[in-house]
Amino acid sequence: MQIEAPPSAPSAPRRTIDIVNASLKRRYAREARFRFMGAAAVTLGLLFVAVLFADIAGKGYSAFQQTYIQVPVYFDPAILEPTGTPDPQTLAGADYQALVKASVRLLFPELTERRQLREAYALISAGAPQQLASMVSAHPSVIGTTRDLWLIAGADVDMLMKGHLDRAMPEADRHIKDSSIALLDRLAADGRIEKRFNTGFFTNGTSREPELAGIAGALAGTFYTLVLTLLFSFPLGVGAALYLQEFAPKNRWTDLIEVNINNLAAVPSIVFGLLGLAVFINFFGVPRSTPLVAALVLGLMTLPVIIIASRAALQSVPPSIREAALGVGASPLQTQFHHVLPLAMPGIMTGAIIGMARALGESAPLLMIGMIAFIVDVPQGFTDAATVLPVQIYLWADSPERGFVERTSAAILVLLGFLVLMNLAAVLLRRRFERRW
Amino acid sequence: MSTLASEIIRNTGAISAADLARGGRVSGTIGDITAPDPRMVCRGVNVWYGAKQAIRDVSLDIGKNQVVAMIGPSGCGKSTFLRCLNRMNDTIDGCRVGGSIRLDGQEIYDKRVDPVPLRAQVGMVFQKPNPFPKSIYENVAYGPRIHGLTNSKAELDALVETSLKKAGLWNEVKERLDQPGTGLSGGQQQRLCIARTIAVSPEVILMDEPCSALDPIATAIIEELIDELREHYAIAIVTHSMQQAARVSQRTAYFHLGDLVEVGETNQVFTNPRHQLTEDYITGRFG
Repeated sequence: MQIEAPPSAPSAPRRTIDIVNASLKRRYAREARFRFMGAAAVTLGLLFVAVLFADIAGKGYSAFQQTYIQVPVYFDPAILEPTGTPDPQTLAGADYQALVKASVRLLFPELTERRQLREAYALISAGAPQQLASMVSAHPSVIGTTRDLWLIAGADVDMLMKGHLDRAMPEADRHIKDSSIALLDRLAADGRIEKRFNTGFFTNGTSREPELAGIAGALAGTFYTLVLTLLFSFPLGVGAALYLQEFAPKNRWTDLIEVNINNLAAVPSIVFGLLGLAVFINFFGVPRSTPLVAALVLGLMTLPVIIIASRAALQSVPPSIREAALGVGASPLQTQFHHVLPLAMPGIMTGAIIGMARALGESAPLLMIGMIAFIVDVPQGFTDAATVLPVQIYLWADSPERGFVERTSAAILVLLGFLVLMNLAAVLLRRRFERRW
Repeated sequence: MSTLASEIIRNTGAISAADLARGGRVSGTIGDITAPDPRMVCRGVNVWYGAKQAIRDVSLDIGKNQVVAMIGPSGCGKSTFLRCLNRMNDTIDGCRVGGSIRLDGQEIYDKRVDPVPLRAQVGMVFQKPNPFPKSIYENVAYGPRIHGLTNSKAELDALVETSLKKAGLWNEVKERLDQPGTGLSGGQQQRLCIARTIAVSPEVILMDEPCSALDPIATAIIEELIDELREHYAIAIVTHSMQQAARVSQRTAYFHLGDLVEVGETNQVFTNPRHQLTEDYITGRFG
């Protein structure tokens, strides 16, 4: 059999193999182009993700450090115990602001003018008095002694030390004056300035002062909200899917319900927020701005996702399993709970995790139900006023202070970290289930 | 042969010219539809899927200690009929069953009859081996466990062992009862399904083309097993293989387009079919 076309006279009829060979090159070229475009698209996508992550990480990593200034503090009994009685109430009500100012004067004895002193006071954060107050209440024995303490630096100092403020800028455009920079340089030369790990970022609630603002409040709010969301939507969603898929009669009503569920999954999330505002807060009187009402709203939003994913997972369980179970005399409910549901569980959990990840990143509906309020306290339960991470990011991104830029990025990093953790947990959980079955 | 038999045999004559003119549609069943010691008695069974009638006026007994083979071309209703016998058709939307099917005198389509215990009495083995994706032990123990047939772990262990022994699988799996049933070979899986079925001590076992997914060696083992199981159970088997029907069954029923055309002793049906359609089918002229 000859495959190659023999050299043929121009008048000879073309053989099939010639036609095929002639088009072959073009066909392969088309395939190569398609493959190349696919690979290019994936590469481009990964590149953008890498740039995004690098940008966020580059902006955010410095928020995990905080500038501290070492200040000699004399715990003056005249300030702390003006009445002479060292009881806790007097200590709590003492003027720690004055203590900080006295300490700064101790640090820079040469400064005498009010203007100079005001600048020097501004180097220390407005959170320093609180720092001293908690120290005194924990160790009253420090009263009357002088200690070298590391106090939180002000936001502008922090920015300067992290290189976010440009010294070359004209003084008038800069937040920090030349004289202050001179003071700081002297402190730095004395080893009195240090950048340390910013534990406050993880233990503080939010604040007007960037150097004091932390994500603890938003994290706690997110945690309570997601726990409740899962409790609301998972059992309800799986139950609804099970009933609709396996038990409900197939008629126009169930068709209507199915269409509605599919449409609900595509409803803009802010509409769920409006619903929550109108129904849960205004009608049922659920306290606004709480994880409870947020979870109700996000639960409603997640429900269609879980139902759709669960139905698909149930449908993918082979009918032979149902027949096998029914064939040995299992009741329909036993068939579902002993055999079908466990087999569908990996798929159901994937759906649930997709839904929870969406809930974790959601901010729009929560704005409608008061989660945007400025809440300094870390929520302690499901009915405390709270905010959540995405809303906190939104609020910080909206703040004009330079110090909030790095905090915003850092909060995004934390949010992304939680998403990765959730997905990891999902993968591990699925693996475990798949091994068992 | 029971006295009922003579009443039921409606048409023992050859197929009429009028029947053939109507596209081979037959007006009644040829042969003896009764069994000497019937477990299940079916009379005038009609099944509709929506508006379409799948089987028409089928009457047949499933006798104790014998195997009834149901043969016929695809779509003739033999599997549909089989699935009526333990109400597996209940799970199909739009399926209606008319007529009378009795298990030991009890009408199984009676409103008061619960299909769950019925299926414990009338077990089923399916076309494709369908073990649960659990351990071999759990596969067999599942039925007895949900029905509460045993009082202790030891009893359950014994029941699992007996069932696996009856299904001829014990020696192959006794060392690895905790391994997944889905890891067995196709023939072993089908025997596991048989063990699972007999673990709940049914009276009747229905088999829907149990060997169609198996190789000849596994098929031979299953056929041998079916012959042994006959000692304790009434068995109805649907098969596409006429050789299989000839080998394992005592009675054969030939279905055609929803009608039960002919029933008889297997020997007689295969050597001396009385209906033209039966003859055409078993001689390989169609089907």
